[in-house]
Amino acid sequence: MAEKSFRNVLEMADVHKYFGKVAALKGINFEVGRNEVVGLIGDNGAGKSTMVKIMTGVFPPSRGTMYIREQEVDFRHYNVQRAHRYGIETVFQERSLGEKQPLWRNFFIGRQVTGPLGFIKIRKEKELAQHIILDLIGFRGAGITVDSLVSKLSGGERQGISIGRAMYFDADLIVLDEPTVALSLKEVQKVLNFTRKIKESGRACVYISHTISHVYEVADRFVIIDRGEMVANFQKSEVSLKELDEFMLRYSSGEAAS
Amino acid sequence: MNDKVTIKGRATGLARIEGLPIIAVYVVIAVLFMITAPGTFLKYRIYQSFMSTVPVPLILGLGLTLVVSAGEIDLSFPSIIAFSGFVFAGLYKTTGQTLMPFVAAVAAGAFVGFTNGVLVAVVGIPSIIATLGGQFLWSGLTVILSGGLAWNIRDVREEFIHVLFTGRVGGLVPAQVLWATAVAVGLWFVLNRHRFGEHILFIGDNSEVARVMGVNVRGTKIALFILMGALAGFAAVLLTLEMATFWTTQGTGMLLITMAAVFIGGTSIFGGEGTVVGTYFGSFIVGSLEAGIVATGIGGFWTRFVTGLVLIIAVVIHILAGKGKDLAGIRFLSFAIRRRPKAERPPVA
Repeated sequence: MAEKSFRNVLEMADVHKYFGKVAALKGINFEVGRNEVVGLIGDNGAGKSTMVKIMTGVFPPSRGTMYIREQEVDFRHYNVQRAHRYGIETVFQERSLGEKQPLWRNFFIGRQVTGPLGFIKIRKEKELAQHIILDLIGFRGAGITVDSLVSKLSGGERQGISIGRAMYFDADLIVLDEPTVALSLKEVQKVLNFTRKIKESGRACVYISHTISHVYEVADRFVIIDRGEMVANFQKSEVSLKELDEFMLRYSSGEAAS
Repeated sequence: MNDKVTIKGRATGLARIEGLPIIAVYVVIAVLFMITAPGTFLKYRIYQSFMSTVPVPLILGLGLTLVVSAGEIDLSFPSIIAFSGFVFAGLYKTTGQTLMPFVAAVAAGAFVGFTNGVLVAVVGIPSIIATLGGQFLWSGLTVILSGGLAWNIRDVREEFIHVLFTGRVGGLVPAQVLWATAVAVGLWFVLNRHRFGEHILFIGDNSEVARVMGVNVRGTKIALFILMGALAGFAAVLLTLEMATFWTTQGTGMLLITMAAVFIGGTSIFGGEGTVVGTYFGSFIVGSLEAGIVATGIGGFWTRFVTGLVLIIAVVIHILAGKGKDLAGIRFLSFAIRRRPKAERPPVA
């Protein structure tokens, strides 16, 4: 694809975002190295989602710059489609898959494999879908086929399908936005396994969550934001889960007092 | 756990035939009429009659199937039957040509569809309201422009276009049923095998997902309403040719039977799935009920009642049949025939 000799897949420099007079982000500096899993942690309303939306082209920041593979992003032309082309894919909790559609359609929606008149090469798409299901995300023996409807899948499996799709389309950076909300423990484990696959395949990942224990299992580094500001940045080696937990707890109780 | 094994398997055999339950319903109804009214239903003439009258609501229903699959609705097509019919008949009367009026009539329908599409996709008016407004507006305009008069265009029977679209092939088969069948085949491929159809399904399923995955939701919706309008324009020409007459209220009464045919066929009002095959047979079911009821001797007053009954029964069947795309629907029909596996039996109290 594009530039191969880059250090950071994505970098934000002094990014601000205002909604009317409310400052959602106040000067964020954030980077994601290649093949790094960054856990983005913060309470509800801390600004996590705003950051994701800027990264993935949903809306531009009010101020600040962003680099993808060390190339500055021109926000005038940056949108979700452009982000896909730059190799940034997002897996949203609820908005990634068409419920009533079979898996093979979900993998290729918007990017179909078509013949000259725009007719879909179904056999080809199903073959590729099979490859994604078996080889990229390793669903085996779970009774899932390319013809299965999304509505029959569990929450964790859905995340897996979205992650597999992102990997297939050669994303360098996969953003997981609260992928484990409302999932059972077993399903959470599935999602965490899929996240490890992202890392194994040499890609980078931003994992957004407010459940610290989930993030801790898969991330290499933790970035904690609060009220639109970055308040801490730990390598996994620097901090134990207990310390991280206590840090967050102290932070949010300190907030409550102030 | 258990449901994974049973549900996720690939549907096989009979269950993979699209619209099978509704084909079965059609066969049952046809056989019923053959038994109760053999004098009518064992003769070819009645089928020839269906093949000349059903194509107009059928073509409308086929377009509507795609619109409903996208989670939208169109209430304005009866006005296109009038408006495009007016355009065709008016231009034919004044110029004596046939090709140009035909193209203009289809284009007029497409234009009405375009205005619907813009109101829905760009302005953001819910389609039920935008097209309700369109229905009044375009049928009203037709009355204004035509002065409320009906026109006899008897001479059109001598034209090639009359033979082409509404002639009797081999003296037996009304050409319009072949055209409608061709439209059905074409739209089946569009909905199930084309990128445009897949975009329709995803928009109907969840337009936010479609947008995030790079589908041009606005453009697709506008194109969809244009397609619906153009099909209605074509249907208007078929009707006007068959009758060799234009009247200002033509199309009135087609709204409900067309919608009934689509929903009897098994297309879901919730969007995200649609069946062209179902609409095809649904249209013939609705189209044959009146003649069948009258021929049976129950009396024409029962037509609406029975249509309503069939609609409700059909929709119940579709719901019981489950929402499998390949219509695992046969499950409903088969549970009477086949014994349930032991594991699924409820424990004895």
